[in-house]
Amino acid sequence: MSSAYETCETAWCPGCGNFAILECLKAALEKLGREPHQVLLAAGIGQAAKTPQYLSANAFCGLHGRALPAAIAAKIANDNLTVVVDTGDGDSYGEGGNHFLHNIRRNVDIAHFVHDNQVYGLTKGQASPTSDLGFVTGVQPGGSINQPLNPVLMAIAGGAGFVARAFTGRKEQLIDLMVQAIEFKGYALVDILQPCVSFNKVNTFQWYSQRVYDLEDHDPSDRVEAMKRAMEFGDKIPLGVLYRAEKPTYRDRNPALHGEPLAARQPDLGLVDRLLEAHK
Amino acid sequence: MYNILLGGAAGQGVDTTAAILEKLLKRAGYHILTVRDFMSRIRGGHNFMLLRFGPERVYSHDSAVNAIVALNEETYRLHEGELTPGGFILCDSALQIDDPRAIKLDMAQMAKSLVNPRVAGTVAVGAVLKLFGETLDGAENVLPAFIKEQFLEINLKALRAGYDAVEARYPRLGGDTSEDLLISGSKAMALGALAAGLTFYSAYPMSPATPVLESLAEMSKEANIVVEQAEDEIAAINMAIGASFAGARAMTGTSGGGFSLMVEALGLSGMAEIPVVIVNVQRPGPVTGLPTRTEQSDLLFTLSASQGEFPRLVIAPTNPEDAFYQTMRAFDLAEKYQIPVLLLSDQYLGDSSYTVPKPDPRRIAVSKPAKAHEGPEEYLRYRFTESGISPRLLPGFTENLVTADSDEHDERGAITESAEIRNRMMEKRMKKLEGLARELREPEFTGAEDFEALVIGWGSTWGPIREALNLLNARGGKRYAALIFSDVYPLPTKLLTEKAAKAKELVNVEQNFTGQLAKLIRMETGIRMSQSVLKYDGRQISGREIADELSKEGAQ
Repeated sequence: MSSAYETCETAWCPGCGNFAILECLKAALEKLGREPHQVLLAAGIGQAAKTPQYLSANAFCGLHGRALPAAIAAKIANDNLTVVVDTGDGDSYGEGGNHFLHNIRRNVDIAHFVHDNQVYGLTKGQASPTSDLGFVTGVQPGGSINQPLNPVLMAIAGGAGFVARAFTGRKEQLIDLMVQAIEFKGYALVDILQPCVSFNKVNTFQWYSQRVYDLEDHDPSDRVEAMKRAMEFGDKIPLGVLYRAEKPTYRDRNPALHGEPLAARQPDLGLVDRLLEAHK
Repeated sequence: MYNILLGGAAGQGVDTTAAILEKLLKRAGYHILTVRDFMSRIRGGHNFMLLRFGPERVYSHDSAVNAIVALNEETYRLHEGELTPGGFILCDSALQIDDPRAIKLDMAQMAKSLVNPRVAGTVAVGAVLKLFGETLDGAENVLPAFIKEQFLEINLKALRAGYDAVEARYPRLGGDTSEDLLISGSKAMALGALAAGLTFYSAYPMSPATPVLESLAEMSKEANIVVEQAEDEIAAINMAIGASFAGARAMTGTSGGGFSLMVEALGLSGMAEIPVVIVNVQRPGPVTGLPTRTEQSDLLFTLSASQGEFPRLVIAPTNPEDAFYQTMRAFDLAEKYQIPVLLLSDQYLGDSSYTVPKPDPRRIAVSKPAKAHEGPEEYLRYRFTESGISPRLLPGFTENLVTADSDEHDERGAITESAEIRNRMMEKRMKKLEGLARELREPEFTGAEDFEALVIGWGSTWGPIREALNLLNARGGKRYAALIFSDVYPLPTKLLTEKAAKAKELVNVEQNFTGQLAKLIRMETGIRMSQSVLKYDGRQISGREIADELSKEGAQ
C-alpha cells in the first residue's frame, strides 16, 4: 500500500536522529490509519521543530517554546484532530518550560514527542536544559555548571498520565511508543533520545546504545516505581512506558466541549439578547 | 444633574453599595455614569465611586458633588472640599465628623437591630434615595441580583429603615432610560465578543482587564464557550492563535504588562495570517505603574509592537455601546483580513458603568473562514491573490492540508529563503492594508459646525470631550468642535484633513504624557496640534477639567 504521507527533502545533517523520528512518526500515523488531513503536527522552532515541514499533514510551526499552548488550543477547538507536538528539548523544556508544566496539569488529549539530543542544534551547539554537567560548548567553555533537568521525572511528578522514553536506535519500539502515546486519552510525553552528530560529541549513538535497556517486569501503573526508573539516567537508561494511568482529560472536565467542535458552532444571538436585556 | 461620591476602605462594600444604588437610580429613569476609583489592595486604603445621574445622558464624571456618602472618616477628610453649596454628607453617627452639612444616622445600630451589621451600606442606599426624592418602588426586584436570598429580607428592611430616617433634600429629576442598558465597557466587550461568535477566550488575570475574563467566565456555562486561565500571557495569546487556527473564534485580553509579553505572538498572527482579537485594557505604566488606574499610553507601542512589518488594526472604543459593536467588528475584520485586531480599552471605559442605547447583535455580520476549496487548482493556504487575502480553510474539515508558519514561507506554507517569494509574500500581506483602508470608520465629529477650535481625542476621553464642548460652547466666545477616533490605526484621515483645514486651533486631549495620537496624526498627515491637554496621573480627565484648561489657554 502506498502511503498517504509524503516526505520531502530535509535540512538536517546526514546521520541526524531526526530522520529516524520522522520515519517512525510516519509509520505510527500509518499504523493508526490516520489520514494526513485528520492530523495536526505542531512545533516551535529548532531543528526538530522542522519535522512538520517534512511530513504532509496539517502543520502549525509557531514560536520557539510555544508549540504546546497553540497545539492544545487547536485540539480544544476541534477534538476530531489528532494533535502531535513534535519538537526539541530546548523548545519543550527550555523556552517552553512553563507551558510544559502547565499542560501536564491541563491534560488535553495530545501526544508530545520531544527530540532530546541534549544540545541546541539550530543555534549551533549550546547547552540545552538536558545537557549533562560539564558539557563543553562555545557558550559553556568550562563545561555546563547547571544540573540537567529530568523531563520524564518531572512529567510523572507533575501528574502526566503517559510518560515514556525512547531512543532513535530502537525504531520498532519508538513506533510502538508513538502509537500508544497518540492513542492515549490525555497528555502523553515521549522523550526521545537522539544523537546530534554535529554538536554533541559526548552523547553519541554509541553512548546511548551502550546504556539503554528495555523496561521489563515494570508496572507502569505504579507511580513511585515509575519515578525510581525515571531517575535512572547514567550508566543505565530505561526505555519504554515509565508511567501510565488514564485520568479525566480537559475535555472530560469541561462541559463546554461535550458538543460539536468549537469550530462548527454558531453564535446564539437569542442568548446575547437576553444577557443584554438583563442590563436594562 | 446630581453627583454622589460614595467612599470607604477596601472591604467595606463600597462597590456593592454603589452597584445597588446605580441600579435603583437606573430603574427610576435616570441616565448614569459611575466611575470607580480603586486602590490596588484588598483591605483598607481609600476607594470611592462617583455616581453622576440626571434626566439627560451623562458624558463625564465630575468632582463637584451634591452628596458624600462616607463609610469612613477618610472619605470625608479627602473629599469634603468637593461638596457643592447645599450638599450634604451622609455618615454613621459613630464617625468623628464635625460638620454642619453632615446628616448622621446611626446606621451601624440600625443594621445591628436587623441582626446583621453588614447591611449598613443598604441603610445608606435607602437614605440616599429619599434625600434625592426617590421612592423605594421596585427595590425588591433589583436587590436579588446583588444579595443572596437568605439576606434579602433584612436588606429590604435596612433599605426602608434608611429611607424612613431622613427627609427629601433634592427634587426628583426623573427621566426615561427603560430601553437603555446600564453596563461597563468590559462587560460590553465580553457581550460583543459573544455576539460575534466567540467560543474561546484565554487570559491571565491582570487589572484592569480581569473583568473581561470574569464576565466571559460568568457566561461560559450558558454560552457553552471555553474560558481558560493561562499560565502566562504568552500562553494566553498562543492558545488564542492555536484555537483560531483550528476554527474557534478566539480572543485574549490583558493590560499593558501582559501585552508586552504577547508581542512576539502578535507577529505570529500577522505572519501566519491567523485571525486573533486582543483586548488591552490600559493602565498607567511603565511596568507595574498604577495597577488599578487609567491611562491611554499604549497607543504607539501597540502600533509598532512585535518585530518586522505586518498589517494590523487598532480600535479604541469610546463607550460601552461602541465597545460592543467594535468588538463584533474586530472579529469580523480579523477573520476577513486574517490579521490581529487590537482593542484598546482602559480602566475608565472598562470599569465605569454607563447608560447606553441597547446594541443590536444582528447589526454586524461577522465573516467566516472558507468552508471548502473550490476550483480545479491545488489548494494553497497562502495563495497569491489580488486582495492579498488567501483562502483560509480549517484543518480537518476538508481533505486539504492547512499550514501555518512563523518562518517566511511559500504559497504552500513551506519554509523558504527565496528572495523572490519573500518579496511577493511581504507584498501579499501588506496588500491587505488597502482593503482595510476602505473599511475604516471616520472619527465622530461633534460640537459646533462653525467651530474655530478643533479638539482631537480617541477612545475613552470621548465622553469628557463631549461634555467639555457643551460647557465651552454654552459659555460663549470661541466655538469648539471635536473629532474623536474609535478606529485609530490605520488612521482614518478623510474627515481629519477636511476639518483640520477649517480649524484655527487644533488641540489634542489625551490621557498620556507625550500626546501619542498627535504624534500619529503628524506622522501620517503632517498635521500639527497647536495645543495639547495631557493628563497622566492615573485619574481620567473630566469634561470640566478639559473646559477649564481650554478656557485658560484661550484667555492668553
